[in-house]
Amino acid sequence: MSDPAGGPLKRTPLYELHRELGARIVPFAGYEMPVQYPTGILAEHAQTRTAAGLFDVSHMGQVRLTAKPGHNAAKALETLVPGDIAGLQPGQQRYTQFTNESGGILDDLMVTSTGDHLLLVINAACKDADLAHIQKHLSATCEIEPMFARGLLALQGPQAAQALARLAPSVATMKFMTGTYVVIDGAECYVTRSGYTGGDGYEISTPADATDAIARKLLAQPEVKPIGLGARDSLRLEAGLCLYGHDIDTTTTPIEAGLLWSIGKERRANGGFPGAAVIQKQIAEGAPRKRVGLLPDGKAIAREGSEIVIGGKVVGKVTSGGFAPTLGRAVAMGYVERAHAANGTKVDLLVRGKPVPAEIVPMPFVKHAYHRG
Amino acid sequence: MSMKYTNEHEWIRVEGDVGTIGITQYAQEQLGDVVFVEVPAVGRKVAKGESVAVVESVKAASDIYAPVSGEVVEGNAALADAPGDVNAEPTGKGWFFKLKLSDKSELDGLMDEAGYEAFVKSLG
Repeated sequence: MSDPAGGPLKRTPLYELHRELGARIVPFAGYEMPVQYPTGILAEHAQTRTAAGLFDVSHMGQVRLTAKPGHNAAKALETLVPGDIAGLQPGQQRYTQFTNESGGILDDLMVTSTGDHLLLVINAACKDADLAHIQKHLSATCEIEPMFARGLLALQGPQAAQALARLAPSVATMKFMTGTYVVIDGAECYVTRSGYTGGDGYEISTPADATDAIARKLLAQPEVKPIGLGARDSLRLEAGLCLYGHDIDTTTTPIEAGLLWSIGKERRANGGFPGAAVIQKQIAEGAPRKRVGLLPDGKAIAREGSEIVIGGKVVGKVTSGGFAPTLGRAVAMGYVERAHAANGTKVDLLVRGKPVPAEIVPMPFVKHAYHRG
Repeated sequence: MSMKYTNEHEWIRVEGDVGTIGITQYAQEQLGDVVFVEVPAVGRKVAKGESVAVVESVKAASDIYAPVSGEVVEGNAALADAPGDVNAEPTGKGWFFKLKLSDKSELDGLMDEAGYEAFVKSLG
């Protein structure tokens, strides 16, 4: 296989395991990744919603920031993101975005403070650009350590806690959006209670050479089965979570995307991040368009790119759409002009040129089940 | 009669002058779990190679093309509630639609079973 963007495809530490498990491997963000295993996406989706699923997300980028003497890494990172990073207590995790000067989103990321360092998890397709961006702006204040060879496993689902606690008892009492160092199978890992499914679960950062053994140990637990990128997408769509490059990108601001909740109160007032003027103006006056949930009538699926129409006039576009297995029906999200963005608004989605009636609804489509303790 | 196949992975089985059309085992495996099927309306006249139905998996939508020309005489209404039939029995109850053929000689341009098997093998 080769990368459509050119160059040979990379492999994660779990490539051989995916092959053994019979995965269908596809090129994704420069990696050979499992899109599904032989049971198929619907079974994998249900497995994750009812028991526990193990995802290989080692293609994502991990970066460690450490303050140089006399500097503060959190304050430094805040010059690139609108999130409240300085307010993170050791062991706390936050979701934020790298913004550009026009308030657009360069990438979205998770940031965890260990007390001594900040650990960043960034999107696979953006990680080289993100690293260059961080190096350009933070080299004077921070030691920047890309850890792109490390493994990253997501263990997600209502039974994730009991399965992982068998290998690492201390994870049982962790709360949503916290992180801690944990020894698993003799290897020092960094575990956060977080994920991309809307359910309970963990992300486990592993040393590269320990990743395969830890993944096998997890798969040996009776609750756990392997889950591919196909179900990862349907799970996050049900949870109303943004996929970078689709629902958010350099042309969408965090406010348009409905991510105001991720911007600290003090930061809304004081700015100090790229695009602050645009974002603060949108907070004060409202954004020109808004990301909304869409529930189509019937069974037709409105996918990315479908136009959103009211009375024959285009008012927006679908950015993600698909079948929501938990609901047994199609769902979508997209951007519409602010005047038409209220919940309950009736619209048409153009699917293969034909209007499919739909309603703007609140997200998530499937209630989040985070472990808030 | 036996089935004929297209290189778009449709099959057609003709009895008299009516052909039943669906997708092959290989196609359903490639698609993965089918969650929605749109079949053509009865009475629609279709040309060989025309996009006439849609099959959607969790991942993506794919067009189904008419293997031959004709008029739609039936769509498989059961697929609306049981799209998974396409995965379970792609050449049985997972059929898509039936066509009254307008030119049976068009069948000669399609692959027979051995030809289709060789074609699938060539895809690696």
